[in-house]
Amino acid sequence: MSVSAVTPGPGRLARAAATAATVAVVLVLVYPLLWILASSLRSVGETATGLSLWPQEFTWSNYTAGWSGSNGVGFGTFFVNSTVVAAGAVVGNVVTCLLAAFAFARLRFPLRRFWYAVVIGTLLLPQHVLMVPQYMLFRELGWLNTPLPLIVPKLLATDSFFIFLIVQFLRSLPENYDEYARTDGASPLQLFRHVILPLSRPAITATAILSFIWTWNDFFPQLVYLPLVEDSTAPSGLHQYAIAGGLSSPGPMFAMCVLSLLPVLLFFLAFQRLLTTSSATSGRMAAQLPRPRGRR
Amino acid sequence: MTVVDRPTARLWTKPPPLPHRPPRRSLLHRESVAGYLLLTPWLTGLAAITVAPVLYSLALSFTDYNVITGELTWIGLANYERMFTADPRYWRSVQVTVVFVAVSVPLKLLVAFAVAALLNGRRRGAGTLRAMVYLPSLLGVSVALAITWRTMFDTGGAVNQVLGVFGVPDRSWATEPDTALFTLILLAAWQFGGPMVIYLAAMRQIPADYAESARIDGAGRWRILRSVTLPTLSPVILLTVVMETIAAFQGFTAAFVFGDGGGGPEDATLTYTLYLYLRGFAGLEMGYASAMAWVFLVAVGALTALIFWTSRWWVHYPGGRP
Repeated sequence: MSVSAVTPGPGRLARAAATAATVAVVLVLVYPLLWILASSLRSVGETATGLSLWPQEFTWSNYTAGWSGSNGVGFGTFFVNSTVVAAGAVVGNVVTCLLAAFAFARLRFPLRRFWYAVVIGTLLLPQHVLMVPQYMLFRELGWLNTPLPLIVPKLLATDSFFIFLIVQFLRSLPENYDEYARTDGASPLQLFRHVILPLSRPAITATAILSFIWTWNDFFPQLVYLPLVEDSTAPSGLHQYAIAGGLSSPGPMFAMCVLSLLPVLLFFLAFQRLLTTSSATSGRMAAQLPRPRGRR
Repeated sequence: MTVVDRPTARLWTKPPPLPHRPPRRSLLHRESVAGYLLLTPWLTGLAAITVAPVLYSLALSFTDYNVITGELTWIGLANYERMFTADPRYWRSVQVTVVFVAVSVPLKLLVAFAVAALLNGRRRGAGTLRAMVYLPSLLGVSVALAITWRTMFDTGGAVNQVLGVFGVPDRSWATEPDTALFTLILLAAWQFGGPMVIYLAAMRQIPADYAESARIDGAGRWRILRSVTLPTLSPVILLTVVMETIAAFQGFTAAFVFGDGGGGPEDATLTYTLYLYLRGFAGLEMGYASAMAWVFLVAVGALTALIFWTSRWWVHYPGGRP
């Protein structure tokens, strides 16, 4: 039960004010999203920057016009590049962060607490600090203009947030499962394969979806490592398109904005409960608040 | 007691040790091996992609290094000296970043808290509303939203049409030096869904009898907020303040889009990380960029430590400090 449920019931006026405030908040949040959609469907003649959410005349031609891209490179290429990078990041994060998180949450080994403190430390480390030396490292390896600098670090579990997220999840699982498995003589790897892995599906899904969304939206590293037009991912392709003349023909530009947001939106719609809940619980657990209603 | 003394019945009920059960010490040993085996990718990444680069960039910050020619000269503290005394653009980027962090983080968290309190009182549709509020925090960091935001705040754009009703003259909010940073701050605050979701979950954990007993003692709504809700939520507030501050210091994408990659207009949106990019990757001054990165690391680290240090006065943990 919440606080306000037990405080004296607000009067009719207060309740109306709360409803009005809620509507205002929703309007401010949703309006820009609907506005992009509307702008992507406006015909060339209509003022593209107006307030209206309803195009005078609906047209799909912006999508076909924008899709051909600029400088001979179409958005199809950008989307393929983005998909390669995002798929690599998803696989890397899920596999290596899950393995590391299992070790931290369920196994006993020397220096375990120390290494986990290091995980939390890297969580607080600003990533931009690493950009220059990492760039030189990957340049030395001949990886510039390839997706490797964006994928290999994920295969080495450098996204420590996900280790943290999965550890928090594994800690909420009952420990006696482990004890049973251990007394039956299961090895740590059998324990992982037969007990932990089948139970970890929510954490794995959350890691996969968040990895995908964050990598899909990521801009700085992709700008640095894939500067050529034909290698560009969707965000940097979109940015180049906007600079190259998108502002003079806003319809196609907003059509491409919509398409580049679409994968994120679809994943969100499909998994919104899991995403919001895992974000909320990881935050609450990180702050060491009491767990709700005992262990589940 | 010896085995012989035991009644047979008890001996019978107790199962014999499993033949394949390994002795304790070997289990622990196997666990250590397995633990480090599973950590191998992470440890490799930590050494090669995090620790070594951080140390390498410290060394690099004392040099003048040109990536194209490969020329590397040891110049001691000259990069730091130039940064602090002879580079007005550097100080401009510090100023922009400090204003951005100092305004956008409190604004975002205040809105998040207020909206969480608003939704906490609702019974119907709370799940849908929560999802709607969370969505912009996923989309808002993208290039597409930055482009949209910029257009909406442009001359004749949606924002100007609304403000025009109140007699505010039409202007290009995103591309005028006075207001560009302010527009950037609004975009950051618009993504308040992340902390909001955390606050809302924490508010729902507050036991009902806390507020109930406060109410019986005659506390009003504000008093309950100040004496029950805020102290109970203080650990999550600390967490969000730290995470949002670190994230805000690294703001790059929107600033890059607003200023067409150059920090304009008149360096009004030249955030620290954007200037670091311009120096290091556009200007190819890797030594200077490394020095900037190290100052950044120390400054953000010191500020984080300061926030944690002040928390002893305002953060209350249930059952004392952990």
